Amino acid sequence: MNVTLTTAGPLPPEEDGATYDVTVVGAGVVGAAIARELARHDLRTALVDAADDIGSGTSKANTAILHTGFDAVPGSLEARLVREGRDLLAAYAAETGIPVERVGALLVAWDEDQLAELPRLREKAARNGYHASRIIDADRLRTLEPHLGPGALGALEVPDESIICPWTTPLAFATQAVRAGVHLHLNCRVRGVDSDAEGHTLTTSRGPLRTRYLVNAAGLYADEIDRLLGHDVFTVTPRRGQLIVFDKLARDLVGHILLPVPGPAGKGVLVAPTVFGNVLLGPTAEELDDKTATGSTAEGMHLLREKGRRIVPALADEEVTAVYAGLRAATGQEDYRIQEYPGRRYVAVGGIRSTGLTSSMAIGRHVVQLLAAVGLDLTRPRALPPLTMPNLGESFPRPYRSAGLIAQDPAYGTLVCHCEQVTLGEIRDALSATIPPHSLDGLRRRTRARGGRCQGFHCGAAVRALFEEARP
Amino acid sequence: MTRNAREVDVLIVGGGPAGLAAGAELAAAGAGRVEILEREQEAGGIPRHCHHGGFGGRLDRSAYAWASANGTAYAQASASGSAYVPGSVSGPAYARRSVAAARDAGAALRTGVTVTGWAGPRTVETTGPSGLERITARAVVLATGARERPRSARLIPGTRPPGVYTTGELQQAVHLYGQRIGTRAVVVGNEPVGHAAAATLRAAGVQVVAMVTDRPAPPVRPRRRRTPLLTGTTVTALTGRSRLSGVALRHDDGRTTTLRCDTVVLTGDFVPDHELARRGGLVLDPGTRGPAYDAAFRTSRPGVFAAGNLLHAVERAGIAAQEGRAVAVPVLHRLAGTEEPPGGGRRLVVDAPLRWIAPNVTGPDGARPQGDRFVLRTARRLTRPLLVVSQGGRRLHSQRLLLPAVPGRPFHLAADWTDRVDPHGAPVRITAR
Ligand SMILES: Cc1cc2nc3c(=O)[nH]c(=O)nc-3n(C[C@H](O)[C@H](O)[C@H](O)COP(=O)(O)OP(=O)(O)OC[C@H]3O[C@@H](n4cnc5c(N)ncnc54)[C@H](O)[C@@H]3O)c2cc1C
Ligand SMILES: Cc1cc2nc3c(=O)[nH]c(=O)nc-3n(C[C@H](O)[C@H](O)[C@H](O)COP(=O)(O)OP(=O)(O)OC[C@H]3O[C@@H](n4cnc5c(N)ncnc54)[C@H](O)[C@@H]3O)c2cc1C
Repeated sequence: MNVTLTTAGPLPPEEDGATYDVTVVGAGVVGAAIARELARHDLRTALVDAADDIGSGTSKANTAILHTGFDAVPGSLEARLVREGRDLLAAYAAETGIPVERVGALLVAWDEDQLAELPRLREKAARNGYHASRIIDADRLRTLEPHLGPGALGALEVPDESIICPWTTPLAFATQAVRAGVHLHLNCRVRGVDSDAEGHTLTTSRGPLRTRYLVNAAGLYADEIDRLLGHDVFTVTPRRGQLIVFDKLARDLVGHILLPVPGPAGKGVLVAPTVFGNVLLGPTAEELDDKTATGSTAEGMHLLREKGRRIVPALADEEVTAVYAGLRAATGQEDYRIQEYPGRRYVAVGGIRSTGLTSSMAIGRHVVQLLAAVGLDLTRPRALPPLTMPNLGESFPRPYRSAGLIAQDPAYGTLVCHCEQVTLGEIRDALSATIPPHSLDGLRRRTRARGGRCQGFHCGAAVRALFEEARP
Repeated sequence: MTRNAREVDVLIVGGGPAGLAAGAELAAAGAGRVEILEREQEAGGIPRHCHHGGFGGRLDRSAYAWASANGTAYAQASASGSAYVPGSVSGPAYARRSVAAARDAGAALRTGVTVTGWAGPRTVETTGPSGLERITARAVVLATGARERPRSARLIPGTRPPGVYTTGELQQAVHLYGQRIGTRAVVVGNEPVGHAAAATLRAAGVQVVAMVTDRPAPPVRPRRRRTPLLTGTTVTALTGRSRLSGVALRHDDGRTTTLRCDTVVLTGDFVPDHELARRGGLVLDPGTRGPAYDAAFRTSRPGVFAAGNLLHAVERAGIAAQEGRAVAVPVLHRLAGTEEPPGGGRRLVVDAPLRWIAPNVTGPDGARPQGDRFVLRTARRLTRPLLVVSQGGRRLHSQRLLLPAVPGRPFHLAADWTDRVDPHGAPVRITAR
């Protein structure tokens, strides 16, 4: 396996024949999925990101739901790509070991108006090609969710809504792409684009990069890259979502993804299990103008706790494990802004708002088709090298419970992070993986180490020591 | 899945001061196979990384450095590296002694072995480098300790940069791993552990800019401090991106400021590490958040005992060890079949502003808690409070405290009323006026 991953120094110079056929800007879940799709073809492909890791923008901070798309705007591109993406990702997850749990969702009606809304939502789901949803009454709802707060009148049950690991997904895409020959350049911010008849020269923080075709998957900054190419089609405004993660000991309080009935204010605050065995509460929806405002606020947490208290009152007594915020890429249009430019060798992938994790693989396919439509010669696709990802999911076998693995290597029986039961073996594996982490947070997203209830009280220093030993 | 099944007489989970003391006492008393499981590579618990004096020695004295809120003398003692209290030792030395005592008494101490869950009422599952086990014991003692609530659990808003510690992580980083910390730090919390954090920061060459507490200023100003103490001050946000850049504060009078710093240590706010207790379905006390327990350290499950900080969050190491020794007696009764039947105890319930009481269940018959007194904590300062104990409206006891009760420090209630509790009556209430 010949892997090209660079994190510093000048990019490979052009005289080395390093003109790329395609360059994807942005290694979030969307860009990584596109790069993986391109890796099927005999092309020189680059994936570049300004950050020191893949998936460290919006992709690391979402609600981690694998949507059915039942509530999408019927007929939109998003509706189609979410539907297709769901199936693709569910299959891919099964193949590679990305944790997914089909827990199902319940859209809970808390008043008569919301109850009256349920049949309409069911019809909408059907128009989106989703026919398995059904309306259940208050009694049935209470049987399914005994810890639900008082006053729920009924619900729309969507049995196929699932939860997924948000961190393993982009890592799997990027790992497979890189192993299949895609070049990954991190710490590589694109600052300028010069286009000519043959392609583009990108000015990056690590020097020039020449590419024949360009894909812009820069998330919150997709509008800015688009403007570098002379377009003025959309503007990304960040819509912040703050979230609270409750302790694993709260997991039994919640069986399904508990959604509110959507109102004019958007999708609203949900309570959902996570594949790590925690409970998630959020997100808020705040229109901002700062694309870096990923902090949490006292008001946000207060609002979430109020809502959480109503939905599952017992949550209020549980310990909080983590608080974080992600920024959705809103563009003022209720759809993705994916646009190909014939003659420009360019595809813009903008406005991948609140469903991009689910639709990522379908976006990948769609974008590669668009590249072909604007002239890229794809050649015959080839099979990608098979991939198995380390399991971070609580409902799947973890190394600390595997007698076989421990017998082979006692490092899998040596627990380092006690709250998340992460072993020395897993940390070593992550540190020497195809795409290793460049920070403790990156290590956490690959192993869960330090991500538990004590947030490092017990293991923080030990994990840091292992990290610094491997990556001085 | 293959698990090696074994049986022991007493299984102790946790090799900190409480677990080690329990193991030493039980092994010395001839309790049979006494096994202590410790998930860290080295036993000793929290004292392993408390590089200051104040451990061991005579209990009342050894308590001083830890319990005294006056950090000056304390910090000097630790800075000079000398044991402050006559007869007391540093944490690591205390840890080594406790380990040696348990081993010498004949307890089997196994480190690097984690109890990961239950497979029966007194059967646990373990993971260690040598494989998976299922261990059944005639009696189980849980001594899993406590931790400080981290930033997220305290719901401190803002960005999530590196540079944010609890005392536990800080002490390990500095004393066990010699890691670089930063240059300017703010310590949140004014309890003894906050002063331990400040001393550790100084030992690591970090300037302590201020200590911050949301509690009001004490009526009597202590001696001039080396570090400014900001009382009545709440941390409202952390700022910074690749590294912490500041701590935003709001004072009680409404003023706001931001202290520039690259490190913040969140101290105190202890919570029992009760995961195993809760996963085992043991009844927890809503106040302490540890297992509900009686004067014989019995939890709601027959044959499962608990000791140390798991029961009431943080106390001095000497108290935890004393509880460990004390648990031996009821465990021996259990092994001998002379244990009093469990389940007869009444719950002890406190009213706000009291936070908790320990033990928090009465019984067994005639048993008095450690030192013949209950431990309590309050959520706000009470000047010479009157403590009243009642059951179903009947007053059992009242007692005026001679000193103020202050948050973050234990105070005590005499236990000579327990024989007046109606074993079939309502829960017993404790109020403070
Ligand atoms: C609160 C919240 C909840 C969500 N819940 C869900 C959910 O439950 N299910 C679901 O499917 N989706 C969900 N989403 C949506 C999903 O997270 C996003 O759609 C998805 O992560 C977008 O991925 P991306 O690759 O487009 O963007 P990003 O992950 O932001 O990636 C863009 C990348 O581009 C890089 N970049 C930017 N500018 C440059 C430049 N100039 N040069 C080089 N690199 C650059 C960035 O560093 C970044 O890594 C949620 C989103 C939020 C915020
Ligand atoms: C920062 C700090 C400073 C302190 N300074 C002082 C001082 O100066 N003087 C003083 O007297 N006291 C001090 N104390 C208090 C003292 O350290 C504690 O009271 C004492 O350590 C409590 O003992 P313990 O055995 O209950 O718990 P711990 O010491 O916490 O030990 C619990 C042990 O159980 C193990 N464990 C937990 N779960 C499992 C499991 N599932 N499987 C296996 N093992 C498990 C843990 O790894 C740990 O070793 C300090 C405490 C802190 C946090």
